[in-house]
Amino acid sequence: MTPSPVVALSGITKRFPGIVANDAIDLEVYAGEIHALLGENGAGKTTLMKILYGLYRPDAGHICIDGQAVMLRSPQDAIRLGLGMAFQQFSLIPSLTVAENIALAVPSSGLRLRLHDIAVRLGTLSQRYGLPIDPWTPVWRLSVGEQQRVELLKLLYRQARILILDEPTSVLTPLEARGFLRAIQAMATSGLAVILISHKMDEVLAVAHRITVLRRGRAVVTVPRSEATAADLARAMIGRDLRPPPTRPLSAPGEVVLSVRDVSVREQPWQPALHGISFDLRQGEILGIAGVAGNGQRELAEVLVGLRRVTAGSMSLQGRDVTHATPREMIRLGVGYIPEDRLGSGLIPQASILDNLLLKEYQHPPFAYGPFLRYRVACAQASRLLSAFQVTAPSLHTLVGTLSGGSQQRLLLAREFSTQPILLIAAHPTRGLDAGAIEHVQHALLEQRQRGCAILLISEDLEELVALCDRIAVMYAGTISGIVSAAGADPATLGALMTGDRALCRNSLAEMPR
Amino acid sequence: MSRWLALEKRPDPLRWMPYLVPMASVVVALLSGAPILYLIGVDPWTAYRAMVWAAFGDLYGVSETLVKAIPLLLLGLGVGVAFRLGFWNIGAEGQFYLGAVGGTWFALSAPDWPALALQPLMLLMGFAAGAVWALVPAALRLYARTNEIITTLMLNYIAMLWIDFLVYGPWKDPQAFGFPFTPPLPQAARLPTLAGSRVHLGLLLGLVAAVILALLLWRTRLGYELRIIGWSSEAARYAGLPIARVTAIVISVSGGLAGLAGLCEVAGVQGRIQHGLSPGYGYTAIIVAWLARLNPWGTIVVSVLLGGLLVGSDMLQIAMGLPIAVAYLFQGLVLFSVLGLEVFVRYRVVWK
Amino acid sequence: MELTLIPLVLAAAVRAGTPIAFAALGELVAERSGVLNLGVEGMMLTGALAGFVVAQQTGQPWVGVLAAAVAGMVLSLVHAVLTISLQANQVVSGLALSIFGSGVTGFWGKRFIGVPADGFTTTAVTGLGGLPIIGPIFFQHDALVYLAYALIPGLWYILYRTYPGLQVRAAGESPASADAMGVEVTAVRYRCVAIGGVAAGLGGAYLSLAYTHIWIENMTAGRGWIAVAMVIFGTWDPWRTALGAYLFGGVQAMQLRLQAAGVAVPTHLLMMTPYLFTIVALVLASRDTTRRRLGAPAALATPYVRE
Repeated sequence: MTPSPVVALSGITKRFPGIVANDAIDLEVYAGEIHALLGENGAGKTTLMKILYGLYRPDAGHICIDGQAVMLRSPQDAIRLGLGMAFQQFSLIPSLTVAENIALAVPSSGLRLRLHDIAVRLGTLSQRYGLPIDPWTPVWRLSVGEQQRVELLKLLYRQARILILDEPTSVLTPLEARGFLRAIQAMATSGLAVILISHKMDEVLAVAHRITVLRRGRAVVTVPRSEATAADLARAMIGRDLRPPPTRPLSAPGEVVLSVRDVSVREQPWQPALHGISFDLRQGEILGIAGVAGNGQRELAEVLVGLRRVTAGSMSLQGRDVTHATPREMIRLGVGYIPEDRLGSGLIPQASILDNLLLKEYQHPPFAYGPFLRYRVACAQASRLLSAFQVTAPSLHTLVGTLSGGSQQRLLLAREFSTQPILLIAAHPTRGLDAGAIEHVQHALLEQRQRGCAILLISEDLEELVALCDRIAVMYAGTISGIVSAAGADPATLGALMTGDRALCRNSLAEMPR
Repeated sequence: MSRWLALEKRPDPLRWMPYLVPMASVVVALLSGAPILYLIGVDPWTAYRAMVWAAFGDLYGVSETLVKAIPLLLLGLGVGVAFRLGFWNIGAEGQFYLGAVGGTWFALSAPDWPALALQPLMLLMGFAAGAVWALVPAALRLYARTNEIITTLMLNYIAMLWIDFLVYGPWKDPQAFGFPFTPPLPQAARLPTLAGSRVHLGLLLGLVAAVILALLLWRTRLGYELRIIGWSSEAARYAGLPIARVTAIVISVSGGLAGLAGLCEVAGVQGRIQHGLSPGYGYTAIIVAWLARLNPWGTIVVSVLLGGLLVGSDMLQIAMGLPIAVAYLFQGLVLFSVLGLEVFVRYRVVWK
Repeated sequence: MELTLIPLVLAAAVRAGTPIAFAALGELVAERSGVLNLGVEGMMLTGALAGFVVAQQTGQPWVGVLAAAVAGMVLSLVHAVLTISLQANQVVSGLALSIFGSGVTGFWGKRFIGVPADGFTTTAVTGLGGLPIIGPIFFQHDALVYLAYALIPGLWYILYRTYPGLQVRAAGESPASADAMGVEVTAVRYRCVAIGGVAAGLGGAYLSLAYTHIWIENMTAGRGWIAVAMVIFGTWDPWRTALGAYLFGGVQAMQLRLQAAGVAVPTHLLMMTPYLFTIVALVLASRDTTRRRLGAPAALATPYVRE
């Protein structure tokens, strides 16, 4: 007799303003199984799991745990039923220690905090599953990989029987990811049910027992691993055959546009330092910055656009020294910036499309006329940009916060590209976008490259970097551990560079930074 | 499946709501104040009818309402523009007092000047004094990262004590039998009034200020910078906006308008500085600005509305013997009502 | 100034600092959970009036204190509903609370101005009260002062060594993560705001029943705002916040002493010193950005809503 599923979702539907995130989805998961939820960004995987975890309430459908129909009103209900979820963005409290974070997650007996007992039990668990951690460190001091371990330990400590892991390896190096996958295999063997959300095919094929593919909010197919092929899965995910990545036309990079020599930045709370960064960037070249998030990429981007002060070293733009340039000067010299948090330093969600588009050029004619702004001219230009970059919006006065992520990114690109920059710093430009928007952004970047713009592309997606970049620099612990040409890049070398393991790259084609 | 009330974000905020909310909140405030009045033995409906009549019922009432509306308008514009920048200027009350002091000092030092020369300079002094008093906390915020809510507020208390020091000490009128007044302003310093009522030049200044601010906000570079910095200092920093310069100008204007309000109250209405020059206009102005949603045009309307509320409260005190604190009671209720009703502009209630 | 005056001034400092300490500690709890409540002034006034009225009617000061606590709590819950459930702007709501508190107490309190009531009298702590120097300074006050003493370590223990305290800190640092871990953020915040209200009410009751035995309109004279400042000054730590409160008390005690001694500075200028002290203290505390950044609850004044 086949055992009954520990989790059974039937007919789950969830709507948000303007979009159906989940459309009548059925899903069954058994104990001891690793069940992968595969799909592109925006397919509805995280939404579905948030419903299972009690964070969202479905508009229709039922949830059964261990054969009993349940009504989940909050994560507490889910936790009580044996569910545990590890999010893509860690749900840890940075200023508290590991032990305190675990204490928070565990229902306690009595008022007093028994941190010592917690630390002891943590030790046992981390030994059993191979997840070493120091319980007394405050979380903000941990590396991303260590924080990931804490997330898992948290679930195990709570004796969760059903683990939901949302894109767990997206922030790990290839080596760390392998160790992580081994750990969850051990958990499944010991009888836990694991639901693994991922968009990485190779991972899924490596560990999953069964795979469900989601596309545009619907469950397209559920197959056992033995019957699944990469091509079938890809077709199910995208709905058509995998389109080859944009071809990068050959081009000969021109003169050096940006020259960075030995730049260092001092460490601050929550912000790693930079040590001795050096590289050159030429016209018509895309230099990728790879590396696990939190190794200084964001700080590097901020230094290059003038938002962060350099404590040593120098930078020059087309021969002009810009080591201590302000952001305004950098903008005037033709530097464009697509920041990591597009609604933070890039776009202003409470402002209209028009106000956002004006942000970089409002001081110059034809928009400015003495102390006044000429709105009619601004509106005409804005309309032109919207149609050129295919941004759909009800009007120029629509607030940017109400647009979709893809539209916002297109708007940001429109603004930055309209000034014909000579240097573009793009940090994670395709993060969180759907497939169509990603394609659009990647093509736009290649177009700018054709035009002769020098681009620095920071990304966690190695495939994207290999497809778009001419050279790839890998950052680790605030330094550049190596620069390789994209043509000869192989995952092993890149992975080694990402963990700072220079010994492994001695026989590779990597350039050592000067 | 059990159901309960929940708030759901509206995809497009209701457009006519912002204009309805100020009116509705006054009504809600009066309604919620009714039980409190009843408990103290006053019939609310009689009281409210009398308030409305006092404020708007006859020409005299309307003119008194306008007299009260003038400082609220100037202060409300000043507070509103600072709030737009993200600077919580709770110090309008203190800036009001400093403006009164600055302008009065000038008028008392130059008693023989003709009105045409004296008044513009006096107004300028009032504006400047209020601006300086506001720039201190602004500088502290910019360069010492000090919370401006507390600093502006502390300066209010200091300003009030400063006034008391002056009227009990160096500026005490020798002919006032020991009462805490300054000597009266010279006739040339008294602002012109309208047709025998007490409505004075300040009204014109307020209306002009509203027009200028509206123009500034939506037609100039400075206004654009102001709005951007108010929404997102991060984006403003990246775009290289001159945050310090904009802050200095905007806060000067904010404090200056408040100072102007103070001076106008002295030169237009009371004729001299005394203890308790302001019945809390600076705090009422915060309510005015919030109800008007920081919009200059709205501020004109709301300042008249709240001026009427003040006149009505005065009448309750004089005719019915209620404590003057009743004015604050209603103002607090109005602000609560606004905050509560505002929710419905952005959200709607649904069964979930 | 004679040397024997110093202990007297210090004892006066303790008394003057007590209402601030109560209010500041309460506000600290609320802010630690992520809610900024600027209505402390209004809550203190309400507490002062409620405490005075009830004590006067019943003849029992402790019943008055209870009433004060309840009054402060009720008012704080208005702020809680507006800011936590209805997501209103926390700064403006707090201001509204202060304005309303001033109005409602001025309105209702008119009849009680000049009316006498029994309040708290000095009760020396047995044994400790007799110690040389330290005794008169710390242990010869009324019961409420001792209550404030107990509150400081009590709050520290609860915040850092108990489970509810951990939940409070989590809700204030990262409500989304706390929610995902099963912490009922909304309930925690409501409770903390209520505690803030109770404490502010107690601070007000101290003013009308112990520090003085009368009611005057607006008798707090800005102490509520100073309490908020002291929380920042103390970087959200109970010990440092209490220190700030008593330091303020010291400034005020000095000012009163100098006034009484007939120093050649005009009264009104002397009265400015406490407010100037607050500004200076705040500037000094805010300069050390690292300490402040590590101290301030990261989610302070940002509402949290689960989708």
